[in-house]
Amino acid sequence: MPDDTWQPKLDQYLDSELSAEEMRGMDAHLRECASCASEALRRLQLKRATHLAGQRYAPSAEFRRRIEKQVAAKGRPRRVLLWVPVLAVAMLLLASVVTIGRWYERTRSQQLLAELADIHVADLASPTPVDVVSSDRHTVKPWFQGRLPFTFDLPELEGTGYKLVGGRVAYLEHEPGAHLLYDVGAHHISVFIFRDRPEIERVFPARDSSRRVLSFHVESWAAGGLRYFVFGDASLESIQGLGRLLKQAGA
Amino acid sequence: MPLFDSLYNFAHWLTQNREEAEDLVQETYAKALRGFASFQPGTNFRAWIFRILRNTFLTSRSGLAATKTVPLESDDDQKPAVAVSDETPESILLEQAGQQQIQDALEQVPAIYREVLLLCDVEEMSYQEIAETLAVPIGTVMSRLYRARKALRAALEEKMREAKHA
Repeated sequence: MPDDTWQPKLDQYLDSELSAEEMRGMDAHLRECASCASEALRRLQLKRATHLAGQRYAPSAEFRRRIEKQVAAKGRPRRVLLWVPVLAVAMLLLASVVTIGRWYERTRSQQLLAELADIHVADLASPTPVDVVSSDRHTVKPWFQGRLPFTFDLPELEGTGYKLVGGRVAYLEHEPGAHLLYDVGAHHISVFIFRDRPEIERVFPARDSSRRVLSFHVESWAAGGLRYFVFGDASLESIQGLGRLLKQAGA
Repeated sequence: MPLFDSLYNFAHWLTQNREEAEDLVQETYAKALRGFASFQPGTNFRAWIFRILRNTFLTSRSGLAATKTVPLESDDDQKPAVAVSDETPESILLEQAGQQQIQDALEQVPAIYREVLLLCDVEEMSYQEIAETLAVPIGTVMSRLYRARKALRAALEEKMREAKHA
């Protein structure tokens, strides 16, 4: 049954256009309302499909060269008012380099985080969100042997409020990694562990960072050649708390 | 080169023709270089150059033709974005549809809606950036996006039906 209060805001929510307060309200609503959560997932999938399908046309190398020549010709020195075009081109290039650099990093990191958001949401919506079901880290960690080309340590959780639910293999840009599911209170938190790669490092240059994507909190860091993402709709404190435990376990 | 690939992709979607897309991008860069003084530092460069491209397209022959096919609904008539259909969930629809079918469906979306969809979902512009690019209020951006997604979904469902009966 569509919810008249929240469903009209779903597109804005998925486009990250709601206020922080409304985002929190929507998060809380989606945890309670299966109809809206299902609708949000559908729209997210259509949005992702549009993103990929929309990148359809690429310029030819010949055309690229032609435009480069055109831009360069505009920057060629002239006898009269030499500094005007030179300055204009320099300013354009400077503004462009800064804008493109920031835009590219933002787009790439948003793509990666959106992919993780998809995995997190899709796995939670699945009747079997994990392939190894156990709260015992000594059962879950060995399950990944032979399934992943790396290993990792998991923290002891007794008395911390967190509970390990289990894990499964996940893929980020065709690279296998571990997807671990934790509970804290009524919230589910995903922990993703992948081999750190230059492509990921470029868009997450900080060794340790917190972000928000589609209103999920994300904590990410690199350690020991691995890249960790702690991902969920729990509070930032809960996300960071689990992050600290994982860092201590890996230290 | 600044935003070259993105501008070309957007231009090709607008014109639906490689040569016209190349002319459009070329003219956009020429205008951007000539009119760089009109760019205000601190404002959004991407929105500025996309706006030049779009305005150039609108004054071209194919742009004028495209604007003649304006849908009847008013932009201001913003409807709640409820599910278009519960019969065919996106998960099943998108699993069945290949990339080509989604692109074909996108081609069928009216130009006025396709452009807003491309700016939002492909270029990942904020509503504010899209409003600046299209020179329309944010409310209009939202209502066009709603209709664009509805139209895309309907076109996709139609494609799937055609494929089933083929």
